[in-house]
Amino acid sequence: MSTSAPKSVAGTPNRSLRRTRPRYGEAVIKGLLMAAALVSVATTVGIVISLIPPAVDFFRQVSISEFLTGTDWTPLFSDKKFGVLPLVAATFVITGIALLIAVPVGLGAAIYLSEYARPRVRQLLKPSLEVLAGIPTVVYGFFALAFITPQLQDILPEAWALEVRSGLAAGLVMGVMIVPTIASLTEDALSAVPHALREGAFALGSGKRTVSVRVVVPAALSGIVAACVLGISRAVGETMIVLIAAGVSTGLRFNPFMEMETMTAFIARAASGDVPVDSIEYNTIFAVGALLFLATFVMNLIAIRLVRKYREVYE
Amino acid sequence: MSDPTSRPDAHLPAQQRTDMSAPGAPSEAPGGIKSPQVSFRSAPSLEAPVFEVGSLSVYYGSHEAVRDVNLTVGHRQITALIGPSGCGKSTVLRCFNRMNDLIPTARVVGKIRYHDEDLYGREVDPIEVRRRIGMVFQKPNPFPKSIYDNIAYGPRVGGFKGNLDDLVEETLTHAALWDEVKDKLKSSALALSGGQQQRLCIARTIAVKPEVVLMDEPCSALDPIATAKIEDLMEKLAEEFTIVIVTHNMQQAARVSHRTAFFTADVDDKGERHGRLVEYDETERIFSNPSDRRTEDYISGRFG
Repeated sequence: MSTSAPKSVAGTPNRSLRRTRPRYGEAVIKGLLMAAALVSVATTVGIVISLIPPAVDFFRQVSISEFLTGTDWTPLFSDKKFGVLPLVAATFVITGIALLIAVPVGLGAAIYLSEYARPRVRQLLKPSLEVLAGIPTVVYGFFALAFITPQLQDILPEAWALEVRSGLAAGLVMGVMIVPTIASLTEDALSAVPHALREGAFALGSGKRTVSVRVVVPAALSGIVAACVLGISRAVGETMIVLIAAGVSTGLRFNPFMEMETMTAFIARAASGDVPVDSIEYNTIFAVGALLFLATFVMNLIAIRLVRKYREVYE
Repeated sequence: MSDPTSRPDAHLPAQQRTDMSAPGAPSEAPGGIKSPQVSFRSAPSLEAPVFEVGSLSVYYGSHEAVRDVNLTVGHRQITALIGPSGCGKSTVLRCFNRMNDLIPTARVVGKIRYHDEDLYGREVDPIEVRRRIGMVFQKPNPFPKSIYDNIAYGPRVGGFKGNLDDLVEETLTHAALWDEVKDKLKSSALALSGGQQQRLCIARTIAVKPEVVLMDEPCSALDPIATAKIEDLMEKLAEEFTIVIVTHNMQQAARVSHRTAFFTADVDDKGERHGRLVEYDETERIFSNPSDRRTEDYISGRFG
């Protein structure tokens, strides 16, 4: 009823279509939201920029080939050697041990949660699994040093000579730390597989295990691989556990029963020490940092690409 | 139940039937529906039936979704289950290959005999049941694998020992899909059109050589041309398989089936729907001279 606007046609108020007052709010909100989105981009760019000058300085004094192929790492000693391979090897060994734990356990947990667990069990288990991801890594590190290492020393034969700080203890605990990441992302990938595919497989006379292993897991494969790559990224970037539980070493070694130092642990140790700014020792931190950044960056790129590919399948 | 002339809806209380009809015309014979396009298929006898369903009720939790269904499915016939949404026809269909077992809250009460066996007997293995009684779903659901692997999946899982290449060719030929896909067997099944995907799913089902093929609204996601191809395929398959099809499309039921079961839903005081079988008979009779007023209303409402 348009009794309030008698001159106009019924239902049409007698009012201009022009905007009566400007809407500044929209522009402000849009600006704020864009700024929030740009923060992460700006941070990435900022990190890269801040890494470059000291790293360039470093490579003026140490050749790239010496850095990448040398097998002795003593930048903080008086007899300085800048071969990064010991750090890379330690990172590899510890990440490898972590993945040996995290991938099977994470996938197993995810398949159980997605395919076997009753809804109520899943509602209970998934959040508690994710709580594991919220434990500060320093707690994991101390747990490795104070609990896991003594246990391992009791269990393993004495001849294996497990040191107080070791790649093994750090890697095992790091594996436990990554389980929730892999399990949670894999569970998401498995749950995203349409129910119709499972029904189709059941209707062809397959049992639960066959449906899970031959239909659901392959259909979610790219999501699962992405979960594992993100797990690797976390392992490579993890610092606190290795700083506390893995120790320090200067030479190239692959024996996980001995102390070893990863790239991240070195950076943390050197940066929290008393190296003078702009010295070669100081610049070393950035050279290793650049290498680490490059490694995790490449892996995250792979993960993003895989996740995208997997999304394309079912949309 | 095995006598084709017996009225399968006879189990319904007579009072219920009259309740539904208009008070002024209780004894009036329902008017026939005449459609020039439709020529009905004559139904073979129900001797040596494949399924005999007796007093079947299905519960989801405490909710009774389908109540007291009795019907008989004949050997190498196409039996259509029709009715409005929510009347329990898909639920009944899913009892035939024990797909309802996969829903934790579902409970099946009553008898379903498959030949001489109790389908829900304690020693019956649902996996074996599903190898003998295949199912095609509403939306085409090919696996995200190659066309070849889609067909080969069932035989591989079932431990098929023989030449898989031959089986795949034979099956696809059987499903009238071979000529369309023979040059791209290794490419993804998801690249096929919807109609081709659905025929692939039918082929995948018959690759395990079942006796019965259940189809749950197999054409509802397809265009009329793809639908016509699937209907042709169904008629061809009925020479070898027993087919039970749920469909919303009454012309489809009229065109392809030998027998038709009409379901409807009663709504109780609490607003819950309980599906029930109203009438089950030869398709021609259901569509031209139904005995129940509700069947007639439903069919003429959509068909006339």
